[in-house]
Amino acid sequence: MGYPHPSHPKETLVLSRHFGEPEARSFDGWVKRGGYEGLRKALGMSREEIVEQVKASGLRGRGGAGFPTGLKWSFMPKEAVKPHYLICNADESEPGTFKDREIMRWTPHGLIEGCAIAAYAIGAERCYIYIRGEFTDPWQIMSAAVEEAYARGALGDNVFGSGKRIEMVLHRGAGAYICGEETAMMNSLEGKRGNPRIKPPFPAVSGVFGMPTTINNVETLAAVPHILVRGAEWHKSLCLGDPKSTGTKLISICGHVQRPGNYEVTMGTPLKEILYDMAGGPPPGRTIKAVIPGGSSVPIMTRAEAEEALFDYEGIVAKGSMLGSAGMIVMDDQTDMVYQIWRLARFYAHESCAQCTQCREGTAWTTRVLERLLSGKGKEEDFQLLLDLSDNMTGKTICVLSDSCAAPVVSGIQKFREEFEAYIQGAREPAMAAV
Amino acid sequence: MSGGGEHGTQTVPHEPVFVGEKRAELDRLFSLYPTKQACLLPALWMVQQTRGWISESAIAEVAEVLGLTPAYVKGVVTFYTMYHTHPVGRHFIQVCTTTPCNICGAEDVVKALLRETGCGELGATSPDGRFTVIEVECLGACGFTTPILVDDDFIESVTPEKVAGIVKRYP
Repeated sequence: MGYPHPSHPKETLVLSRHFGEPEARSFDGWVKRGGYEGLRKALGMSREEIVEQVKASGLRGRGGAGFPTGLKWSFMPKEAVKPHYLICNADESEPGTFKDREIMRWTPHGLIEGCAIAAYAIGAERCYIYIRGEFTDPWQIMSAAVEEAYARGALGDNVFGSGKRIEMVLHRGAGAYICGEETAMMNSLEGKRGNPRIKPPFPAVSGVFGMPTTINNVETLAAVPHILVRGAEWHKSLCLGDPKSTGTKLISICGHVQRPGNYEVTMGTPLKEILYDMAGGPPPGRTIKAVIPGGSSVPIMTRAEAEEALFDYEGIVAKGSMLGSAGMIVMDDQTDMVYQIWRLARFYAHESCAQCTQCREGTAWTTRVLERLLSGKGKEEDFQLLLDLSDNMTGKTICVLSDSCAAPVVSGIQKFREEFEAYIQGAREPAMAAV
Repeated sequence: MSGGGEHGTQTVPHEPVFVGEKRAELDRLFSLYPTKQACLLPALWMVQQTRGWISESAIAEVAEVLGLTPAYVKGVVTFYTMYHTHPVGRHFIQVCTTTPCNICGAEDVVKALLRETGCGELGATSPDGRFTVIEVECLGACGFTTPILVDDDFIESVTPEKVAGIVKRYP
């Protein structure tokens, strides 16, 4: 379990500062690095003060949606009449994204600390950490850390002698991308099929077990202790672009770059620096053709769009895509875009929970039409057919899984139409046998 | 518990999973959730870890201990891809072939695995009963292509050349 690359001078190391240091995984090792100061500080504050501080920091959800974290916490009832729950979303499954895994593997106590602060801030005495079933190493490391945190008084009936009770339970998923969607995760945690729920009611009103619930991503929660220790102003000052995007962001870069891995940057860092300086650019002799900047569910960017973008929520939107989970997939000039868009469509067809017709049918038909194209049997009308299917899959379902399937298809046709044409016109050898 | 009604080849009576230590572990789990139903996924994991797969009679047992119906439990089991509803090889290999791995050569890793394990095709168990190989969607380690899971061992940066050596480690 090695950490693949040394840090780059242009990175801003906050969450990833201790990646690669096995000692940071232990309670004492974490405390030696300033750990649990944030929790101790939080326990001396009121719930409202913590929420206000996180609001003022500008921290936004790092799982994909970018919703302001403090605001989300403020939706929870002020008085805990019924039990409140915190769920930490560690179901990281968005293709291209592998940052939460590293947080859990290297700084488990940082996550536990963030969860404990958040639980206290929302009036919850119990936090469930939902870890995807495939993450066997993070599971073991987190299990050991939670056990140690209980033994050392950071969790339990009387956290650090404050009289406050915070319990933490690890819950293992069993293979379902959709369970990363917050309402599907709540159903899964309740022992049900992972079908997303219609909102409202929103989780803060009626979440898991019908109780007020907040769900936050691993990276979001891991950022919280740093805000408590260093202050909202410090967090706000980490900003090179739009003032609505603050703090640092872990970026997972994969695909055709020379140094794939996780890089932590200040919000607003030029994407070009990330692609070329940090990740080393494409392999020698190649050029970048396309970048999917925020996990597979966001529109594909051309090289020009990517090279001009600032890496923050607004900067990526301005160039026609979304920051999402910041799982960045880089594709070089040798990449068959039609084949890879088909592979993405197949992913969504496989992962559809099949609840909504538009998604169940749409993802499957999109996949089949793309297979027809790839087998050399495509027709000009297939462009319109794919766009019509995508239109039916956008904004019409309970969750956004089908929207996510449509995003690469629509942007792919817009930006790489000639590659589709090549298959239709027979200028390119079929990539698969006829179906 | 009756052992009948198996769709597979198992005809021996069902040995209950939740007795002794396993029963105690389940009781401890009950204290961590407000409902027994919430223990369904953990209970199914316990069954799979003990028996290697989740049979119809195991589904019936889980339903009974959690106060659910077998039909309900089966609906949940079949939703999640990691639960096996039929026996698999002694070592279960999951290979990621989603886009980030795909563009870095995952399909060649699949071919090498099918060859070296003797499985021949995806989902099939090798004639010696050692391996079953399946393709899975994103394993969440896209920077370390190609990741594979052999049982609970998460192995990163697998290339076709490394496959034979990995296979040897699992007798």
